[in-house]
Amino acid sequence: MTESPALAIRDLRVSFGNGGNGGNGANGGDGGDIVRAVDGVTIDVRPGEIVAVVGESGSGKSVTSMSTLGLLPRTAEVSGSIQVGGVDVTTLDAGRLRAIRGAEVAMVFQEPMTALNPAFTVGWQVAEALRLHIEDMSKKQAYDRAAELLAMVGIRDARRRLDQFPHELSGGLRQRVMIAMAIACEPKVLIADEATTALDVTVQAEILDLLRDLRTRFGMAMLVITHNMGVVADIADRVVVMYQGKVVEQATVEDLFARPRADYTKKLLTSVPRLAPGQRRARTRAREQGEAPALALDNLVVEFRGKGGGTNRAVDEVSLTIGRGEVLGLVGESGSGKSTVGRTAIGLIKPASGAVRLLGEPLTGAKGRDLRRLRRRCSIVFQDPASSLDPRMTVGDCIAEPMVINKVGDRGDRDDRVAALLRSVKLDPAVRSRYPHELSGGQRQRIGIARAIALDPELIIADEPTSALDVSVQAAVLDLFLELQDRLGFACLFITHDLAVVGLVADRVAVMNSGRLVEEGPRDQVLFDPRQDYTRRLVAAAPVPDPAAQRERRAQRLSL
Amino acid sequence: MTVSTPHVEAEHVPVAGPYRRMVKLFFANKLAVTGLIILALLLVFCFLGPLVHPTDQIHTQLADANLAPGTKGHPLGTDDVGRDVLGRLMIGGQTSLEIGIAAGLLATLIGTVWGAIAGYAGGWLDTVMMRVVDAGIAIPALFLLLVSATIFRPTVPVQIVIIGCVSWLVPARLVRAEALSLRSRDFVQAMKAMGGGHGRAVFRHIIPNAIGTVVVNATFQVADAILLIAYVSFLGLGVAPPATDWGAMLSKGISYTYDGYWWLIFPAGIAIVLVVSAFNCIGDGLRDSFEVRLQGR
Repeated sequence: MTESPALAIRDLRVSFGNGGNGGNGANGGDGGDIVRAVDGVTIDVRPGEIVAVVGESGSGKSVTSMSTLGLLPRTAEVSGSIQVGGVDVTTLDAGRLRAIRGAEVAMVFQEPMTALNPAFTVGWQVAEALRLHIEDMSKKQAYDRAAELLAMVGIRDARRRLDQFPHELSGGLRQRVMIAMAIACEPKVLIADEATTALDVTVQAEILDLLRDLRTRFGMAMLVITHNMGVVADIADRVVVMYQGKVVEQATVEDLFARPRADYTKKLLTSVPRLAPGQRRARTRAREQGEAPALALDNLVVEFRGKGGGTNRAVDEVSLTIGRGEVLGLVGESGSGKSTVGRTAIGLIKPASGAVRLLGEPLTGAKGRDLRRLRRRCSIVFQDPASSLDPRMTVGDCIAEPMVINKVGDRGDRDDRVAALLRSVKLDPAVRSRYPHELSGGQRQRIGIARAIALDPELIIADEPTSALDVSVQAAVLDLFLELQDRLGFACLFITHDLAVVGLVADRVAVMNSGRLVEEGPRDQVLFDPRQDYTRRLVAAAPVPDPAAQRERRAQRLSL
Repeated sequence: MTVSTPHVEAEHVPVAGPYRRMVKLFFANKLAVTGLIILALLLVFCFLGPLVHPTDQIHTQLADANLAPGTKGHPLGTDDVGRDVLGRLMIGGQTSLEIGIAAGLLATLIGTVWGAIAGYAGGWLDTVMMRVVDAGIAIPALFLLLVSATIFRPTVPVQIVIIGCVSWLVPARLVRAEALSLRSRDFVQAMKAMGGGHGRAVFRHIIPNAIGTVVVNATFQVADAILLIAYVSFLGLGVAPPATDWGAMLSKGISYTYDGYWWLIFPAGIAIVLVVSAFNCIGDGLRDSFEVRLQGR
C-alpha cells in the first residue's frame, strides 16, 4: 500500500527522570534515576486501519498513546517524532496542540465515569467538544449535532439523553457518549486506551462492534490499546506487541496468533486462558457417606437499603450447594450480585431471608464462639491484593494473622508455618519481613492465598482473585491455585466475570444475572451447551484469542 | 493443622519498613529538625538546668526583690519576692512541659480510641458517640477549665486529667473519619472472615493505619495543651504557689509592666512561644513524611 499513514510514530522515546527535587518523594536520595517508559517505538496506522497495541502493565503502551496527544506530564523527556496527517505533534506549542486534540486525534479513555464531568449534562459535554473546535457554531446547532452524534453511536432516544447526567447512564452508555465526543469533530485518528476494559463482556462486544462500524463509515485510523488478547483478535487488523517499552513484534492479526515469532508473544499467548471443553479433569473427591456439603445456600435473599427508604434486592432467592472438595465457578456481570453471594456465604453480610449452611452447620443466626469456630474452617481471597493486606503489617504477620486470631500454635510453630506457606505459594520465605507495598501484584495475591490456606480451610471463597493481574501473572496464580486445590482438597466458591478462567478452574458453573441464579450445572454443559438465553449471550460475547474463531463467533452472536 | 514442616531458621532481613523511610524523610525536613532541637534544648534546660544553677524557689527573700538581670548570682534577675527568675523559668517549665505533654497524650489516647470505635462500629453507636463529641465541642474548653479549676484543687495530675478530658474531641473526629474508610477495606473484612473480633479490628488494623493522623495531631495537641495551661495560670487558676508554670510567671510579670521589670515577662513569654512553635514544626514535619510515604505506595 502506498497510502500515507494517518498516524506515524517514529522512534519514540519517553523517559521520566525524578532527580532534581532533593529530599522529596519516596526515592529521595537516589535522585537522577531515569525510567525509560518508551524506548524506540515505531508504529504506523493507515486510514481505515485498526492497530492494536498489546502489552502488560508497565510495557509503555499507555505512555505511547498519551504522547500522541501531548498529554504526558512535564517531567517526561520525549524524543523521536509523532506525525498526524503530516504534522509533527512533538514540536507543537500548547495552542496548536489544543487545536489538534479532538479535531485530528481523539481519545477514548478506560473509565467513562471519571472521564465525563459529573456536574454537566451529557448534551452539554458533547456540545462543548464541538464548540471548542468549530468557532461559529451556535448553541442550538451544537445540541442538534450532539443528538445526531449520540444516535450515530447507537444511543436510542438521543434527544432525551442529552438532558441526562453521566450518573444516570449505564457504563456502556457512558462509553458510547465518550465515543460520540471523540468522533464529534470527525478526527482522522481515534485512540482507544483500554476503552472496553471496565465494561462487561456483553457491553464490550457492543462497543467493539461500534468501533468497527465507525471505522468502515468514516475511514478513521484507530489505535486500540489493550491487554486483552480476545479484544485484539476481535477487532485488530494489525498488532503491535510491547514489552518493557520496546516493540517486540508487529504483525497482522492472523500471523500473530497463528505464527508468533517473538518469545514474549508466545509466552503471552500461552498465558491467555482459553475456553475449551474438558480442560479440567474431574477432581471432586469421592464424597464420603453422609458428609454434608461444604456450602449450602437456601433461598438466599440479600437486600441493601437504598436512598429514600427503598430497598435494593442484590441477591434474589439464590440456592446453591458446593460439595466437599468441589470448585463451583460463579459467573456474572458487574452488579449481578455474585460478590454479595460470596460475602454472605462467609457471614460478612447478613441475608434478609434464607439460610446459609457452612459445612453442615447453620451460619445464619450463629453468634460469638460458634460463628468464629465456623469461620476458622473457611477463608476468603479478595480481588485487590493491595487492599486485602494491612499495609502496616509485615507479610509474615499478615499470613500468621489467622493463626494468631484462632490461637493456633506458639510463636515458633507459627514462624515455621509461615515459612512453609510461603514456600507452598512459591515465594522465598525471606519476604516475610517485607511490607506488602514492596511486592508486585502477583506476589501480593500469592500472599493472600497463603493466608487463606493457613488454617487448612475446608472452604475458600475466591472473589475475582486474578482479575487485577496481568495475564502471565494470572496464569501462574491460577496454576498455583489449581495445584493447591488438588493437594489440599478444599472446596471453593470461585467468583469471576471471566468465562475462560471459570473454564480452567471450575467443576461446576453457576451463572447469575441481576441478583438471580440463571443457570447452574456441570462446567462443560453450562459453557458449551447452555440452556438459558442469557448464558448463551454471555458465552457468545466473550472474545476468544483467535481471529478466525472470533470472526465466526461474532457472526453467530449477531444472529443470536 | 499441619505444623510438621521442616525447621527453618529465622531469616534476619533488615526491615526497610514504612517507618524507617518516614524517619529519613522527617530528618530531611529542616524546619522539623529545628523544632526537635529546640524542644530537646528546652527539656535539658528545664529538667537538668537546676543541677547547674540551683536556686531556692520555696522561700521568699524580700531583700532581693526585683533585682535587674546581670546581678551577681541572678543572670535573669529576681521577681517581686526575690526568687531567681532563671531558676524559676526552669521549674515553671517543668510544670508546663509535664502538663502539656501528658495532657496532649491523654487527649490523643482518649480521642483515638473513641473515634476508632465510633467509626468502626457505625450505626447508632457511632451516632451517639459523635453527638457527645459535637456537644463537647460546643462548650468552650476554657470555660470548662475555669469551672473545674474552682471545684478541684489544681495540682499537676488534676490539671493533666482536666485538660486531657476537654481536648480529646478534635482527635476523636479525625480518627473517626479515618476509621470510617478503613473499616470497609478488604483487610478488615478478611480479618473478620478469619474469625477475628472487633477488638482486633480496632486496635490491630484501624488504629495502626490511622497512626499518621494520630501522631501528627498529638504534637498539635501538646502545643495546644501548653497554651491552655498558660491561659488558665495567667487567669490565676493554675498550680498553687510556690509551684509555678510559665503562664503564672507571665501573669505575675504583667503587674509590673509599667515599672520596667521586663525580665518578669519576656523570658516566660519567649519560652512559651518557643515550645509551642517547636511542637508545631515537628507536627508539620511528621505530617509531610507521612503523606509522602502514602504517595510512594
